[in-house]
Amino acid sequence: MLDRIAHAQQTIEDSCRRLDRPITIMEVCGTHTVSIFRSGIRSILPQKVRLLSGPGCPVCVTDQGYIDAVMQLADRDDCLIATYGDMIRVPGSDGSLETRGSKGNVRVVLSSEDALQLARERADETVVFVAVGFETTAPATAVVVKEAADEGIANFCILCGHKLVLPAMRALLGGMNDRIDAFLCPGHVSVIIGSGAFAEIVTDYGRPCVVAGFEPVQIVEALAEICRQIAGGKAELKSLYGAVVTEKGNVAAQRIIDECFEPADGYWRGLGKIAKSTLALREPYRRFDAFERFGLEDGPGRENPGCRCGEVLCGSIEPAECSLFATRCTPERPVGPCMVSSEGTCAAWFKYGRARGRER
Amino acid sequence: MTAERERILLAHGGGGQLSSRLIREHIVPRFSNDALSELGDSAALMLPSSAICFTTDSYVVKPLFFRGGDIGKLAVCGTVNDLAVSGSRPLALSLALIIEEGFELAALDRVLQSIGDAARGNNVSIVTGDTKTVERGSADGIFINTAGIGIRLPNVDPGLTQVQVGDRILVSGTMGDHGMTLISQREGIRFESQLESDCAGLAELTCSLFENVPGIRFMRDPTRGGLAATLNEIVEGSRLSIEVSEKEIPVRPEVQAAADRLGFDVLNTANEGKFVAVASPDAAQECLRICRSHTLGRDAGIIGEVVETRDAPLVELRTKIGGRRIVQMPYGRELPRIC
Amino acid sequence: MCLAVPARIIELDHDRAVVDAMGNRWKAKTTLLPDAKLGDVVLVHAGFAISLVDEEEAKKTWELFAEIDAFESTQSRVSG
Repeated sequence: MLDRIAHAQQTIEDSCRRLDRPITIMEVCGTHTVSIFRSGIRSILPQKVRLLSGPGCPVCVTDQGYIDAVMQLADRDDCLIATYGDMIRVPGSDGSLETRGSKGNVRVVLSSEDALQLARERADETVVFVAVGFETTAPATAVVVKEAADEGIANFCILCGHKLVLPAMRALLGGMNDRIDAFLCPGHVSVIIGSGAFAEIVTDYGRPCVVAGFEPVQIVEALAEICRQIAGGKAELKSLYGAVVTEKGNVAAQRIIDECFEPADGYWRGLGKIAKSTLALREPYRRFDAFERFGLEDGPGRENPGCRCGEVLCGSIEPAECSLFATRCTPERPVGPCMVSSEGTCAAWFKYGRARGRER
Repeated sequence: MTAERERILLAHGGGGQLSSRLIREHIVPRFSNDALSELGDSAALMLPSSAICFTTDSYVVKPLFFRGGDIGKLAVCGTVNDLAVSGSRPLALSLALIIEEGFELAALDRVLQSIGDAARGNNVSIVTGDTKTVERGSADGIFINTAGIGIRLPNVDPGLTQVQVGDRILVSGTMGDHGMTLISQREGIRFESQLESDCAGLAELTCSLFENVPGIRFMRDPTRGGLAATLNEIVEGSRLSIEVSEKEIPVRPEVQAAADRLGFDVLNTANEGKFVAVASPDAAQECLRICRSHTLGRDAGIIGEVVETRDAPLVELRTKIGGRRIVQMPYGRELPRIC
Repeated sequence: MCLAVPARIIELDHDRAVVDAMGNRWKAKTTLLPDAKLGDVVLVHAGFAISLVDEEEAKKTWELFAEIDAFESTQSRVSG
């Protein structure tokens, strides 16, 4: 393993020497963010290679309005909130699901199927499934929506917060942060949408796109491939995660997403409104939409004053540039989602240490 | 009502006939020793020395019964271990039970048997105790408190002030076994596995180390918060820093796999049959040798060392790929994630 | 944003599977992978198998697979 790392490091060093400027690479997957920090990858890269964390943490990019909607439902007496653990500590404008936990109507589930099962078991309550995540997770939601429809389960609904990665990448390159030289592409989103989906970023914007797995070696090798391309003046699409990623992706999953959902305009925390970037339930399944069922507003909520999560999410600033970072905003008392989410950039910086300035 | 279906009533804690019967028929026979059999208001003990260690802990674990142990075994081993890592030989424990009305007597017997077995296995006596019952809903089945006394080993006085630059960090075995086992049996995320809690009393091993190896500066059992919490406590208390090597930290592959699946960090996960020791380089090597020849220390390893502090005391990990990152004090509650 | 782990399908009934990773077993659905078979190693995310794992490719690039190999070959029994 160390051989592969050393070899990749050599490629990166050689590429840096050939170029007279820094290389800025953005990853758009929270799981990549965490893996990079936990293995200390930045500390083995040369100064010239800048790794940015982008809007790849689905919890972080979930709008404040959505979070407040979850809280409103949690405060009701007739709802049981079923959620992935990721959402438990995210602060809305008034507390989080964690602070409401003592009411007993918030359940952590590992699968959308568990949420549907709760609905089957608890006929007297409405189970609301907090459906966040990117394309990797959306099919799991679609499957249970279909099951609920087929079985006629009336006391089940979803608060749909699924988002699509490519529109966000385009929005960044289209103006929010065009200093990105290349993308480290999300391995598991690619499993669903296919590595070929990123070809448009290469052709339209001339940026190298390399799909990588989540082991540190896989990530470092992908970074080496990106640097090699840039140094050679190339921009290509490459997948280094062939063990699970195909060019076309998981067609059955794509079909079920398409059957239940359609792309809609949506608000991304910090990035604002991005066209056709979120998923909304199609007409035949709209009765499972919690926003409609409970008459909730789905729009941008108020940001906590001073919170600069949005700029962090675009990679425009680093966490330390936010005056709240590690002062008023800490993992114990987070102000914004970037600090509380286990994959949030700020949380990762705080947890895995920027104390000595060794990492960049 | 048949014996299997008998349940605890509030009256069992009332101090009258039912209490008396519970104590005489269920509790005392499992722990019988001279001090306890008298059933006096307190136990009178003749201590060989006046240098003692005294500790207490309460046990509210869920689920009550898990692979590798139960709340009873935990209540004995946990307190025994606190005494053991403090450099003392555990002698006696008190046992306080708070039992929820409706708790099955058969389950209580199981817990009591575990307590008795663990006490005998660790050479400690349960010398005094108390039993209370509370209304249904006021306790989760059963809560247990144990307080313990240990006799300080002569010339043994471990403490964080003794930690020095150059000292080695040693762990007595694999990390995260207990915490991941509990998680695998927890409501909502339960899954079948071969995971097993490492719940065990360490006194025999630690006494052997303290008695034979000079130069052990400090020892602690990494329970809640796991290894990460203990390492951070060491840097906080000593104001020095620590560097550990990820590849030296022993972790069972099935524990790592379970953690990976749920997004947990093994370093933040509880252990109930392990200790972390800080010792001089020579002492650490000798401790390693002694540990590895003992069942409870088979997988012991030296994982790092104490270093100078630069800006602020911290724990740094050298990762498997040669990178570096900080190990932070855990938040206090790990949540499974899918994203 | 996508925690997913490889696991082997050890039971399969329509689209309801039990998967095994290093002796840890849990339920997963193969609704999104209609061609999945008993014995296949699949990538599991949020209770769903989302891809087959090409074991040959995985052994070359995925350190985890060396560990899985080692683990599976030292298991003399599979506990029920």
